[in-house]
Amino acid sequence: MYRIVFLLLLVFLWTGCGNGDETADPNGAGATDGSADLTDFELEHGIGPVTERLNLGEVDLEKAQRGADFYDSRCASCHRMENRFVGPPLGNATENRSHEFLINFILNPEEMTNRHPVGQALLQDYLTIMPYQNVTKEQAVEIVDFLRYYADTGEDLRN
Amino acid sequence: MLEKATIWKVATVLLGIGLISVLMYGCPSQTDMLDTRGAAERVYVAPGDYDEYYAFLSGGYSGQLSVWGLPSARMFRNIPVFSQDPESGYGYSEETKPLLMSSYGFIPWDDSHHPDFSHTDGMPDGRWIFINANNTPRVARIDLTSFETVETLELPNTGGNHASTYVTENTEYIIGATRFSIPYDMDEDVPIDSYKENFDGSLSFIAVDPQSGEMSMDFQILMPPYHYDVGRAGKGASADWAFFTTYNTEQAHTLLEINASEFDKDYVVAVNWKKAREYVREGRAQTVPAKYYHNLKDKNTSIAVSTVHDEVLLLHPNDAPDMIYFLPTPKSPHGVDIDPTGEFIVAGGKLATVIPVHSFSRMLEAIENEAFEEIINGIPVLEYESTIAGEVENPGLGPLHTEFDGDGNAYTSVYISSEIVKWSLETFEVTDRIDSYYSIGHLMITGGDTPNPDRKYMIGLTKTARDRFLPTGPKQLHPAQLYDISGDRMEMLLDFPTIGEPHYAQAIRADIIRDNVKQIYDLDDNHHPHAVKRTRDARVERDGNVVRVYMTNMRSHFTPDNIEGIRVGDEVHFHLTNIEQDWDMVHGFAIKGSQNAEVLIAPGETKTITWHPTRTGIYPFYCTAFCSALHQEMQGYVRVSPADSNVPLTWRTGED
Repeated sequence: MYRIVFLLLLVFLWTGCGNGDETADPNGAGATDGSADLTDFELEHGIGPVTERLNLGEVDLEKAQRGADFYDSRCASCHRMENRFVGPPLGNATENRSHEFLINFILNPEEMTNRHPVGQALLQDYLTIMPYQNVTKEQAVEIVDFLRYYADTGEDLRN
Repeated sequence: MLEKATIWKVATVLLGIGLISVLMYGCPSQTDMLDTRGAAERVYVAPGDYDEYYAFLSGGYSGQLSVWGLPSARMFRNIPVFSQDPESGYGYSEETKPLLMSSYGFIPWDDSHHPDFSHTDGMPDGRWIFINANNTPRVARIDLTSFETVETLELPNTGGNHASTYVTENTEYIIGATRFSIPYDMDEDVPIDSYKENFDGSLSFIAVDPQSGEMSMDFQILMPPYHYDVGRAGKGASADWAFFTTYNTEQAHTLLEINASEFDKDYVVAVNWKKAREYVREGRAQTVPAKYYHNLKDKNTSIAVSTVHDEVLLLHPNDAPDMIYFLPTPKSPHGVDIDPTGEFIVAGGKLATVIPVHSFSRMLEAIENEAFEEIINGIPVLEYESTIAGEVENPGLGPLHTEFDGDGNAYTSVYISSEIVKWSLETFEVTDRIDSYYSIGHLMITGGDTPNPDRKYMIGLTKTARDRFLPTGPKQLHPAQLYDISGDRMEMLLDFPTIGEPHYAQAIRADIIRDNVKQIYDLDDNHHPHAVKRTRDARVERDGNVVRVYMTNMRSHFTPDNIEGIRVGDEVHFHLTNIEQDWDMVHGFAIKGSQNAEVLIAPGETKTITWHPTRTGIYPFYCTAFCSALHQEMQGYVRVSPADSNVPLTWRTGED
C-alpha cells in the first residue's frame, strides 16, 4: 500500500518538477545528403538553378569570346584544356557532359560535389572542391560557349 | 533493524511533506534558477540566428574597435584602427601602412575612446563609424560595408584629442578638442611654468563629405588654456550647438590631481558651430601654420595615400561674437550629455555631490538677457543660476556619463560608488540604482544618445574585473555588463570580458547595417596597380634590387609557387591577389624570416607585403588561413642566392 502511494507521489513530483519544458531536437531529423533522391534530370544534367533543357543552339562567337575572357580570370587558375591540373581538363567537357550539367556545376559546385555521383567521383579523383566564383547564369552560358567553340574547332579563344 | 514497511511508511510521509512544500512554495531548485534562467533566455541567440543589434566597443589603449552582437555579447570582429594587427596585416601591408602616418612619423598605436556613427536627422545611418586617437591626436573613419578603417586625419596644434569623435545631427562635423593644453603655435619651445602666458586650448571642427565620407579639418577655435574633456553635439532644438566640459580652469601644469581640483566650478562650453562656420566662410578666421597628415584609402586601388597639409583656419572668440559661452558647472565636470529633445545638458561632475542639469532654452534666455558673470578672452560666462534647470540629489559618488531611454528617464554612471543611477528628467529625482562590477566609466543604451532611443539594453563599461571571471594573473580584461532597462527596474543580464579598455560604445539595429555588408570585393572593380586578375599574368619582375612578385591565390595553390633568382639585399614585394569570388574565402601569406606580419587577402582583393632576405637559402612560404582540404599543400619556395649571383629570375607553378 505505502509502496503504491510512494510511487504515485514520486511520479507526481517527477512530472511536476522534472521534464516540463522539453524542446524539440534543435538539429531536426532526417537530413541526408545521399544521391538516392536525385531526379533523372538531376542525374543527367546536374543539380542547380538550371532545371530544364536550355537548347543553346549554335555557338555564338561573340559570347564565346566573352566567355574566354571570363574563364581566364575565374577558371584558368585550376583548369587546363588538355591536361589534368588542379581540376580536370575541359577541352572535351562539352562532349562528355550536357550544357546544363556544366552550367549547374559552375553555379552550384558545392552541392554538385556533395550530392551528385559525378561530383562525388571527381572529388575522389581530384581531392579538391571546385570553388564558387560568383558567376551569373549568363556568364556560365558564355563559358560553355567558349568550351564548345574549343571542342568544335580546337581553337583557344584566349590566345 | 527497522521493519521494511516502516521504512516505506517513513519514506512516503517524507515524500508527501516534500510534495506539499513544493505545492506551497514551488519547486525549490527551479525557483532559485528562475531569475537567471529569465536572464539567460533574454540573452540567448540560438545557433544560426542573428543578434538584434551590432555594438561597437572602443578598444581604449589597444587602438582598436571591437564589434559585438546584442543581446548575446558574442564578439564578431576586432577592427584595427590606430594599431598594427598581425592577424590581418593591417599596418604591416603596404596598402594600409599610410593610414598610420602622422606629422610625427609612423605611429602604430594610439588610445581610442569614443566611437560615434554617422548620422542622418540625428539617427545613426549605418554608413560609417568614427573613432578618436587621444595620444597623437587623430580621428578615423571605418566603412561599415567592409568593417575596415579607410581614413585617418591628424588634428594639428592639439594635445590629447579626447572630446572626440562626437558627430553632429547630419554628420556636418566631427568635433575634437585639446584635452591637455599646449602652446597652440606649432612646435613652440617654451618653459613649462610659462603655462598661463604661452599655453592654449583649441576646439576642432572636422567636416565630413556627405557623399564620400571624406574628412577634412575645417577650422579650429582658440581657447583659454583649460583642459577640454568630453564633448557632445546638440540635437533637436540644440542641433546647431556643440558642448564640451572643461577642467583645470585653475591652469595648473603640475600635480593636477590637487592643483586642478581647487575651484568650486569649471565650465561647460557651448559653441554655436553653425555660426562659427558662417564666420569662417566670411573670412574671419586666420590662416595659421600647421603640419598634419590626411590618409585615405583610394576607392579604386584600395591603397591608402597620405597627403600633408601645412596650414589650418583658426577662429578667435574675440573676432566671433555671440558664438561661444561658458556655463559654470560644479567640480571638474567629465561627461556632458544631451537628452533626446536637445533641451537638457547633463554634466557629470566627477567630484560633485549632485548632477547639474542645464536648460538649453534657459541658456538662450540668459544669452539674450546678457546674464554674464564675466567675459574671458571674448567668451561670456553665464550666471550659474540663469542656466540651471535642476540638480539631481544623491546620485552617488562621482557621476560621469548619462544616457536616456526616450521615456523621460536618464541613466548616469557613477564611478566611485560603482553603480548606475536612474533618475527622472521631470522631477530630477533618483528612481532606481544598480551595482556595476566594478568602477564604471561610460554607459551606453541602445540609441541612448539619439533623439529616438530604443529602451532595451544598456551596457556598463567598467574598469576593473577583479573576481568576476576566472583569474588570469594580476591583470584581468576590462569587463562590461549588459542590463535590461525595458522595465521599471534595471536588471543585470550578463557580464563579459572585452578587448582593450572600452571607454564609450555605440549600438545600432542590425538590419540598418547587415544587408549592406560586402561579401566579396568584385575582381572587376579591383584597380590596384599591382593586381593580377588572371593567373596567366602572374610573374616576377626585377628593377635593380627591387623585385615584384605578382602572385595569385586560389584554393589551394599560389601562382607562381617556385621562384628563383632572388638575391640577398633585394627588396621583394609580394603583390597577392586573391582571385576567389566566394564569401569568406580568405587566403593568407607568410614567408620564413619575414620581418613583417602575415597578410590576409579577402576574396577579390590585392595586398602587398615587403620582405628583405638577408641570408641565402631556400625559403618556404605558405597560406596561413585554412582554405580547403588541401590547405596544407598551399605553399611554395623562394630560392635566395648571394648578392652577386647570376641565377636567372624564373618562376613557375606545376606544369608551367
